[in-house]
Amino acid sequence: MLKEGKDNYRIPSGCAICGIFNKDGKRVSGTDIISAIEIMHARSNGLGGGFAGYGIYPEYKDYYAFHIFYDDDKAKVICEEYLNSHFTIAYLSRIPTRRHPKIINEPLIFRYFVLPKSSNLISAQLDEQEYTSSCVTRINSDIDGAYVFSSGKDMGVFKAVGYPEDVGSFYRLDEYEAYCWTAHGRYPTNTPGWWGGAHPFSFLDCSIVHNGEISSYDANRRYIEMFGYKCNLLTDTEVIAYILDFLIRKTGLSYEEAAIVIAAPFWSSIDRKEQQEKEKLIYLRNTFSSLLITGPFSIIVGFTGGIMALNDRLKLRSMVVGEKKDTVYIASEESAIRKICKDLDRIYSPRGGEPVIYTLKEGECNAD
Amino acid sequence: MPINYIFPQFEILRDETRCIKCRVCENQCANQVHRYDNDYRIMIADESKCVNCHRCVALCPTKALRIIKNPHSFRENGNWTADIITDIYKQASSAGVLLSSMGNPMNYPVYWDNMLINASQVTNPSIDPLREPMETRTYLGQKKHTIKRDHKGNIVPNLGPQLELSTPIMFSAMSYGSLSYNAHESLARASKSLGILYNTGEGGLHEDFYQYGSNTIVQVASGRFGVHIDYLNTGAAVEIKMGQGAKPGIGGHLPGAKITEDVSKTRMIPVGTDAISPAPHHDIYSIEDLNQLVMSLKHATDFKKPVIVKIAAVHNVAAIASGIARSGADIIAIDGFRGGTGAAPVRIRDNVGIPIELALASVDTRLRNEGIRDSVSLVVGGSIRCSSDVVKAIALGADAVYIATAALLALGCHLCRTCYSGKCNWGIATQREDLVKRLNPEVGYQRLVNLITAWTHEIKEMMGGMGINSIEALKGNRFMLRGIGLNQKELDILGIRHAGE
Repeated sequence: MLKEGKDNYRIPSGCAICGIFNKDGKRVSGTDIISAIEIMHARSNGLGGGFAGYGIYPEYKDYYAFHIFYDDDKAKVICEEYLNSHFTIAYLSRIPTRRHPKIINEPLIFRYFVLPKSSNLISAQLDEQEYTSSCVTRINSDIDGAYVFSSGKDMGVFKAVGYPEDVGSFYRLDEYEAYCWTAHGRYPTNTPGWWGGAHPFSFLDCSIVHNGEISSYDANRRYIEMFGYKCNLLTDTEVIAYILDFLIRKTGLSYEEAAIVIAAPFWSSIDRKEQQEKEKLIYLRNTFSSLLITGPFSIIVGFTGGIMALNDRLKLRSMVVGEKKDTVYIASEESAIRKICKDLDRIYSPRGGEPVIYTLKEGECNAD
Repeated sequence: MPINYIFPQFEILRDETRCIKCRVCENQCANQVHRYDNDYRIMIADESKCVNCHRCVALCPTKALRIIKNPHSFRENGNWTADIITDIYKQASSAGVLLSSMGNPMNYPVYWDNMLINASQVTNPSIDPLREPMETRTYLGQKKHTIKRDHKGNIVPNLGPQLELSTPIMFSAMSYGSLSYNAHESLARASKSLGILYNTGEGGLHEDFYQYGSNTIVQVASGRFGVHIDYLNTGAAVEIKMGQGAKPGIGGHLPGAKITEDVSKTRMIPVGTDAISPAPHHDIYSIEDLNQLVMSLKHATDFKKPVIVKIAAVHNVAAIASGIARSGADIIAIDGFRGGTGAAPVRIRDNVGIPIELALASVDTRLRNEGIRDSVSLVVGGSIRCSSDVVKAIALGADAVYIATAALLALGCHLCRTCYSGKCNWGIATQREDLVKRLNPEVGYQRLVNLITAWTHEIKEMMGGMGINSIEALKGNRFMLRGIGLNQKELDILGIRHAGE
């Protein structure tokens, strides 16, 4: 099967994104997110759609849930051998799907609930997340025909080649419940026909749906690859996921601070800030200058317990946020939000470079 | 002996119907080419002294003069070219090392001219720099990212010293002594006005220019001329010069004739003595010694100034740069084999070193492969000729560029390549007072400001075309470049694809 990035070609794409987040942690089925993304049908072209749900595996919430595509049985055998030697597998199964006339050429799709073998952790001298993420990187770059497309705890990514509403139905997302859903419809400028190329792109529990084409791609990629990441897919989304993992998990920045790095305020705005704030902004922008992302993008980042939406600093992609009581809706177009919630308390368009972050419980909102 | 006779390289064409015998050409030519013949009442010229600097041409009020290449030639020979033959005649009569000035003029590939820049179409909007912010501000220095927080969890900035540039271009090292006072004043004032930096070279810093300290890089080279504690602390950064692109592996020699009273004071050597910079630093015979000098200079400046280590682009440049990046240096400056000089042996200038494009690409790649690209900034020069060269250099991986020849051209240099004679008719590379005053620093500084302003406009236009609105997103962004007419090996070293791929 043609794989994205395999021949070192980069594929730009346009897209639709949306997200639903319940600040009170209430879990809802995938029905709403499917109908929200469906209304933006014209923003995708049938070459990729996908979803991420958080809180979907309460019975296995302490295990890493690996969702894996296999090209064939041979890849599965090799990969399972690798998994068995590195992880304790609590449960494995095919991911349940429903036959759909428009979703064809599906690979083998399996999921595994795993924990790193403790003896391996000790000998590798790595923490659990670092160990798990490096194993995922290893499988994706070294085992031909196997691709881990979801690897977080109590969350999962579901994606395929097709229109997103068809993908949602194919994966029976109406049967899952999540406190946070994100979705993506893709409009790539070629036809790789590879399922792994669809969004969301995820790394551990951090998942990203993204609309845009970043002009800083190779500057970002060449920088982030210094830290052990391998950008195999050559997609913008992949590099954004690694950047966030690096800034947040490895470097210890908050989501707000990471947003300052990737969608930095202009120098002219920084120069007007009071001294302490100014020093902080210069520090973040200067220290991580190679992680500034330019060009149009809107992204929705899902993570355990929270969601972040962010636009590029010029706001070259549309994105609106709506609120109704404890529920937050984020979408490329207002129509998607209105489709599932007609009576909003508030709706607004975040400014370019202004992160919108919601987390569980306190329901902290960083929008103005 | 007749075999010593070398036919003049240039022919001066004087339109007698235009010439008014005002003798401006005679007055302006420090090489004493032009002369008024009282008997015949005409201007005559001794073309053997002409260096084709265009001073007379530019100042002739009636535009009566033209200088052309002399068509006189040896019998054509693809192997024994005219240059080679005349060089042999010169050396057979003098027993000397041939000298020349400015950068390598040979017909080697110019890789800048074999790279093309990308632009956005459809999938990604281009950005109009006249309507939207377009940022060229650049910080140079180590970027270590260990986050430090206070007890409230606020970030405490902990980066080492950084240089702030309004645009990623600096004037590279040219010493007072090799350049005139007025040329230095022009560079210093332009740097201040532009918010960039210039570099003292190995000539010390004239006391009049201490006021421009925050826009000055002070150099410490193998001769240690003019180095003292106030000098080090006046500059914004200290540069250790290990090598120079025009003459890698050898030192420098400023003839006693150029060591005037002022130059002598600035360099801290007696008037009229030759200023000889040794080939190596005699306290640096290996990489661990470099670390000691870096640390000494940091201590001397209380860890407040970034330390730059400048090297010539030579074959093993990537490994050398990797060593420097681990030596505590904040910035590595790499000077390509096209880099200029006040004087260099011709054979060395024309045959030693490698192109900056390849050196830059391989150093940037190596530092990234080793995961230490963050621990230094990269500045490249030798030679950057125009704004598109700057864009390409940054896309290959440079943080900023050094320019010198281009700056001298802005001051009036006509690249006649005879700086070593000390008779620069444009008042740039000379200490003769009558010549120095020809360069008005008021005009000179404005022309430098104009040049950098124009380049910065052009850089912004190219960035906008690529959909990039901040220079750091261009740094190392090699997808924005494509090669044209390059072989696979060259593309691999540059880390770029061929046009059409």
